[in-house]
Amino acid sequence: MANEALEKALDALDKAVAAVQQAALNLPDTAEAAGALAHGATGGAIDPFVFRLAIFVLSIFVGYYVVWSVTPALHTPLMAVTNAISSVIVVGALLAVGISASGLATGFGFIALVLASVNIFGGFLVTQRMLAMYKKKDK
Amino acid sequence: MNANFAAFLYLVSGVLFIMALRGLSHPATSRKGNTYGMVGMGIAIVTTLLLAKPTFGGFLLIVLGLAIGGGAGAVIARRIAMTSMPQLVAAFHSLVGLAAVMVAAAAMYAPESFGIGTVGDIHAQALVEMSLGVAIGAITFTGSIIAFLKLDGRMSGKPILLTGRHFVNAGLAIALVVLVIMLVFTQSTTVFWLIVLLSLALGVLIIVPIGGADMPVVVSMLNSYSGWAAAGIGFTLGNLALIITGALVGSSGAILSYIMCKGMNRSFISVILGGFGGEAAAAAVDDGVQRTVKQGAADDAAFLMANASKVIIVPGYGMAVAQAQHALRELGDQLKAAGVDVKYAIHPVAGRMPGHMNVLLAEANVPYDEVFELEDINSEFAQADVAYVIGANDVTNPAARDDPSSPIYGMPILDVDKAKTCLFVKRSLGSGYAGIDNTLFYKDGTMMLLGDAKKVTEDIVKALHA
Repeated sequence: MANEALEKALDALDKAVAAVQQAALNLPDTAEAAGALAHGATGGAIDPFVFRLAIFVLSIFVGYYVVWSVTPALHTPLMAVTNAISSVIVVGALLAVGISASGLATGFGFIALVLASVNIFGGFLVTQRMLAMYKKKDK
Repeated sequence: MNANFAAFLYLVSGVLFIMALRGLSHPATSRKGNTYGMVGMGIAIVTTLLLAKPTFGGFLLIVLGLAIGGGAGAVIARRIAMTSMPQLVAAFHSLVGLAAVMVAAAAMYAPESFGIGTVGDIHAQALVEMSLGVAIGAITFTGSIIAFLKLDGRMSGKPILLTGRHFVNAGLAIALVVLVIMLVFTQSTTVFWLIVLLSLALGVLIIVPIGGADMPVVVSMLNSYSGWAAAGIGFTLGNLALIITGALVGSSGAILSYIMCKGMNRSFISVILGGFGGEAAAAAVDDGVQRTVKQGAADDAAFLMANASKVIIVPGYGMAVAQAQHALRELGDQLKAAGVDVKYAIHPVAGRMPGHMNVLLAEANVPYDEVFELEDINSEFAQADVAYVIGANDVTNPAARDDPSSPIYGMPILDVDKAKTCLFVKRSLGSGYAGIDNTLFYKDGTMMLLGDAKKVTEDIVKALHA
């Protein structure tokens, strides 16, 4: 166990040293080298998943505060528009159809694409239609 | 396109989605917000196309899919009646759910396209994220279909209670967890489809026992689910736009569910466990006291309103059913022309989805600054001469405030009984959705106007003219 950790640390140190050498050799690339240095110092251990999770968690908080600020009168348009934006899942469908690796995947992707497009167009247009009706008192 | 640049663009579209929701904080900024949303979606789609670099055939297929779906969506959006908005939203939720399942299926059969491994060797982490997305997506799909059928009246709004349903649901949930673990180890598509099947069944079982009056909570909850499903798929694809959007939609739906539950003074758990409404009808106590109801005609109502200085209108689901919103606005206009102060009071759970009544009044050209929420207007009933209750029942029942033995005790209500006169439009003297007798009917200051909400309102308008 201890040996393994030591080896890892040495490995990280090696990487860091290499990064510093690289930086010294190639001054304009300092920023990149600094990044590599940081990367070396942590042993490159931070999984991209952690960053995604961080964004996810922060977005939940953003959503929480933003949605509480929505006026209750607009709760129906809120549902319609959240519905429309959740069809951004269309990006998955586009990847499946666009990079056709297998016939089945393309088929599933195509179905997803059609469903999501119904939602994108339907959701945004119906929201627009609703919002157009909210008017102030005529002065 | 460079993957880093693409990720940056996805972030931009995520931020635009946040701004779209932010715009809804006020009707004046809401339209701009919706435009931000559309731009965000456009950026996400174009970025993906540049990233995927589809072949010419693939590109044609994409254009075809967008045209079919987009065309259908545009037609639906244009034709749908505002009163059917709850059904439409439920139906749209089901589409997001199914789309999530389909994207996951595509990822299962062609993981290379998504950069999550190869067939038979998909990263374990991606599989777990994907199964979460797919399970929630499938539950959203069938759950929303049941909600749609109930809201559209194609299925009885009464709760359907299967014996031992909690055990069945718990069993299914455990089976799902086992299947997800199996999927990680076997990479088998059979297990994948089993997860889909079980989740579809679970979606039906979860929503079937929930009664029609609880639909505002259900619709909000499914809204939330569709967000979490999108987020699950977003993690699989490592796509920022999807992760941000999923989190936004998920928390938005959760907050709406919370607001709706609070509006009914019920816990989220008790709504989900279902069974409310329906059997409670038998619980209406007959205390043997002869209670009389004062009935009136449109002429009496018109007389009272014309001589009032302040009228508060309380619309409910019955107004939506009778499509009475236009007649109601005409009544409001008449009264305002006669110098009467007219306001509208909306209970948070009036109608079948959050904000349902506001949209209908807006459709009828009622200015939004005449429409008030419960906490803003409740104190004004005491100064009002007439409260005109049209199609609302349980949300005006004083028993919720005064009678600790009432099943709806503790639910916030609109204090219409404090107005000098309460005009109550109702089709018959039956009880409301919760099946509870409304003590308001027997109060001295209450006059019942029996009949169709639209017809009664039109008659009052006519009587005001005369």
